Amino acid sequence: MSEFTLEARQLACQRDDRVLFSGLNFHLYSGQILLIEGVNGAGKTSLLRILTGLRQPDEGELFWNAQALDDLGAAFYQDVTYIGHSNGLKDTLTAQENLRYVQALATPALSIDESLQQVHLNGYQDTLVRYLSAGQRRRLALARLLCTHKTLWILDEPFTSLDRVSIQLIEQLMTAHVKQGGMVIMTSHHETHLPATLVQKIELRR
Amino acid sequence: MTLFTAFIAVIRRDLLLAYRHRADLINPLAFFVMVVTLFPLALGAEPLLLKRIAPAIIWVAALLASLLSMESLFRSDFEDGSLELMVMSPHPLSLLVLAKIIAHWLLSSMPLLLMTPFIATMLGMDADVMLVLLVTLLLGMPVLSLIGAIAVALTLGLRKGGALLAVLVLPLYVPMLIFASGAVDAAMSGLPIGGHLSMLAAILCLTLTLTPWATAVALKMSLS
Repeated sequence: MSEFTLEARQLACQRDDRVLFSGLNFHLYSGQILLIEGVNGAGKTSLLRILTGLRQPDEGELFWNAQALDDLGAAFYQDVTYIGHSNGLKDTLTAQENLRYVQALATPALSIDESLQQVHLNGYQDTLVRYLSAGQRRRLALARLLCTHKTLWILDEPFTSLDRVSIQLIEQLMTAHVKQGGMVIMTSHHETHLPATLVQKIELRR
Repeated sequence: MTLFTAFIAVIRRDLLLAYRHRADLINPLAFFVMVVTLFPLALGAEPLLLKRIAPAIIWVAALLASLLSMESLFRSDFEDGSLELMVMSPHPLSLLVLAKIIAHWLLSSMPLLLMTPFIATMLGMDADVMLVLLVTLLLGMPVLSLIGAIAVALTLGLRKGGALLAVLVLPLYVPMLIFASGAVDAAMSGLPIGGHLSMLAAILCLTLTLTPWATAVALKMSLS
């Protein structure tokens, strides 16, 4: 199994002339979870979007396997997936159609049926997303992680609108992913029950 | 998956989505028919004048109708987060954008093209002139989608981009409109049309190669 690293050097982010954070450094290796904590408005989502490359940091640089993100370009997205506040699902497509599109844009891992089974949505293959509950939609969005082969999962509040059983389920999936050499970066307001040996924490303070 | 699979998947998905929202497809078409129908009513009993200006009416109506459907190109994807999914795919974004534009062109232009012969007949246009008009539409409508895509991508972040979109895009449509109506005019007076059509084809090639790239950059800017 090849080792992956994500390195942040002196990251800074401003919003409306207000410095959200600056001088942020970290290393993340295969098999680790990075939990980003902080109060509302501390810049958690901004940080995640910088880590996905969607947003440019105001200062500092990011390195994926010792290569600068700017030089990597789209090749970075071979290994990275991001699930933000919005689920990225189409209301008028079925669960299966949504995942099929996701697979077509990436390297498929588990089959669609298997991924749905893993997030306890078996039998909803042909249901339009419009008819799913908020929690089911969130789980369907998280099924994207399973049906494609990506090393680094970047998740913004993955537990939003999930019940306790589902949270436990997703935590298990994350732990399994990390133990197979994957990496997870996430923000969460919920108390997490991830194995402490795997977790690194960053707290953003205003 | 290969780039080709992704390209086809994007087109397929947009066509499927359009099929699920069939009603939205009717609107630009109905708009097109309505605008064209208003002219004979406003002009009164002037069949010769109508015949003379029919190509211009059809072209301007098609242009406005295409503008009407333009916003839908990226707006809903932007709102539900699936645009991020596309931007974060390992494939070149400009080619995926091109796939989306092709789907949009199929959905917005094909109904208009199919309707044009009926409309043209209604305005009393001759068959040979109509043929030339159809060729100019076939060459010109993709340009509308291609140029419009840049402006849509740029105005995504704005809550009400609609009016700004028209202001940004309509001036850019002018060269194509000039050559398209020039071709039809020449056909009406029995002059050769090859030059005009070549210019239209050149504009199409230029936009086809350059605009997806510019649209991809604009999309990334709107998302950051």
